[in-house]
Amino acid sequence: MSTRIRSFPLLVAALSLAVGAAAVAGLAIGAVRIPPGQVVGILFSGEHTGAFASIVWDVRMPRVILAVVVGAGLAVAGTVLQAVVRNPLADPYLLGASSGASLGAVLVIVLGVGAGTASTVALPVAAFLGSMGALVVVYALARRGGIMTAGRLVLAGVAVQYILAAFTSLVLVLSAKAEHARAIMFWTLGGLGGARWDQLALPAIVLTLGTVLLVALARPLDLLLAGEESAQVLGLDTNRFRAAVFVLTSLVIGVLVAYSGAIGFVGLMVPHVARMITGAGHRRLLPVAALGGAVFLLLADLVARTVAAPQEIPVGVVTALTGGPYFLWLLRRHTRTEGLMA
Amino acid sequence: MTPHPAALTVTGLGHTTADGTSLIRDVDLDAVPGETVGLVGPNGSGKTTLLRCIYGTLRPTAGSISIDGTDSFALTVKERARRVAVVPQDAPGAFGLTVAEVVAMGRSPHKRFWEQDTKDDTRRVTEALTRVGSADLAHRPFEQLSGGERQRALVARALVQEPGLLALDEPTNHLDIRHQLELLSLLRTLPATKLVVLHDLNLAASYCDRLHVLDAGRVVASGPPADVITEELLDSVYGVRARIGTHPTTSAPHIVYIPPETER
Repeated sequence: MSTRIRSFPLLVAALSLAVGAAAVAGLAIGAVRIPPGQVVGILFSGEHTGAFASIVWDVRMPRVILAVVVGAGLAVAGTVLQAVVRNPLADPYLLGASSGASLGAVLVIVLGVGAGTASTVALPVAAFLGSMGALVVVYALARRGGIMTAGRLVLAGVAVQYILAAFTSLVLVLSAKAEHARAIMFWTLGGLGGARWDQLALPAIVLTLGTVLLVALARPLDLLLAGEESAQVLGLDTNRFRAAVFVLTSLVIGVLVAYSGAIGFVGLMVPHVARMITGAGHRRLLPVAALGGAVFLLLADLVARTVAAPQEIPVGVVTALTGGPYFLWLLRRHTRTEGLMA
Repeated sequence: MTPHPAALTVTGLGHTTADGTSLIRDVDLDAVPGETVGLVGPNGSGKTTLLRCIYGTLRPTAGSISIDGTDSFALTVKERARRVAVVPQDAPGAFGLTVAEVVAMGRSPHKRFWEQDTKDDTRRVTEALTRVGSADLAHRPFEQLSGGERQRALVARALVQEPGLLALDEPTNHLDIRHQLELLSLLRTLPATKLVVLHDLNLAASYCDRLHVLDAGRVVASGPPADVITEELLDSVYGVRARIGTHPTTSAPHIVYIPPETER
């Protein structure tokens, strides 16, 4: 951890700039290329007329904002899950939470619960419940007998994730809705293409409130790193706190997945890199992870849109191709140094 | 809040596991404020179980524990943490937390969850680390420390917690002899009541005001070391033969063990 950066304000400023730069790139690059200078001009003038301005504001901006929100939220959720299970291999996707949220959302769509405006409420709520259900099941399976190993956690998570994703595909195929393949791809691999101005408020609000609340809970989150028994003798009611954090994290994951599908590995890789830069204390780690997640998903989405243009590939494919190898490296390292798979 | 040594009274304490195994039973034990009380006994005699009940991570199935006259289990987890600090046998490090960060966790029970550490907290952390002779380790990752260094960092964490009662589970376990003696001498100077599990009976006899001897989950002897440490007790509890003399400088009882194969 010798790479630790001491000046926290400087780091946050640098990362914010990186978010800005990645966002400008996201607004500039696409089927129609707009020079970055012109993008910045359009942003600062607030100009809404003209073809370029219309592409920037109406077509690309919602998608860029959704990428920032989802990337930041998944990274925050991953950071917190890793602390709660005291395991660097945790991730909303790998622990089945994202798949649970997808299944919840798909059930609402297929069963037609609360059509029209009611579905804007029913969809995130169902995703939240699905996400929390999956987390509780995985946690219970991994902890049977009171001892939780990394191996058990990952196996339980991956199994639950697969089962839930299979159910999602099954429900979609059996439903009368057209375009099965597309829908299956969206809910199991994620996508930011559906971003719309009128659907950004809820994810943005949930992300902001969730992150602020979790930063406020930095101290007890740190205590969890000391281990179950130590956290208790240092004054933390671990069972109550863990339950509260599960609910809060599921809420964030559920709402994000309701708008972006299940995007994997952002919540695994970003917190880990952030920890190397800023250390494990959550007061600094959470904001850094949030900004890092935003940058990562902005860039991943840019690749997803452009690499096979005019064909668009699911953003989850890009994050998996980057995060998957990283996960394997992490797994290998931890198995060797800490015997975590025992 | 100024720390003051707490009074501990344990009455009729028992713990039976879910499958019916009785780990400790009918344990009576007390410590007056400021005293250093030793808990000794063979492996599996229930020392750690008793200690865990006293610091509250294990719920006894019988009896009561009172700290300064208050029932320990009527306290919230946080209230208890302001009165009782624990030095565990070992603690996992994680995610590269530094020694200073681990020690600073000891301030948690005195703070609201959203409160930041102040300059005063930082000063206490530095002081505590200096007191255990580990000031130079402050910025090292906790999991990279040796067993002995970890142990001293955990003592520092307990110090900044400013407890009335300090519970230690074999604190000398990973330490070389010099650090063992230094740690136990340090313990005696702390403004808290100390309850310490020790394996080394000579150290227990030298550093504790009183001893409680546990055997198969029961207290079989209690009192000042000179009254408790007898050749008969060592034979009946540990099944070892020994001669007991007097330490030439401290006049505490001093045990010399006789290997089983030697003739009497």
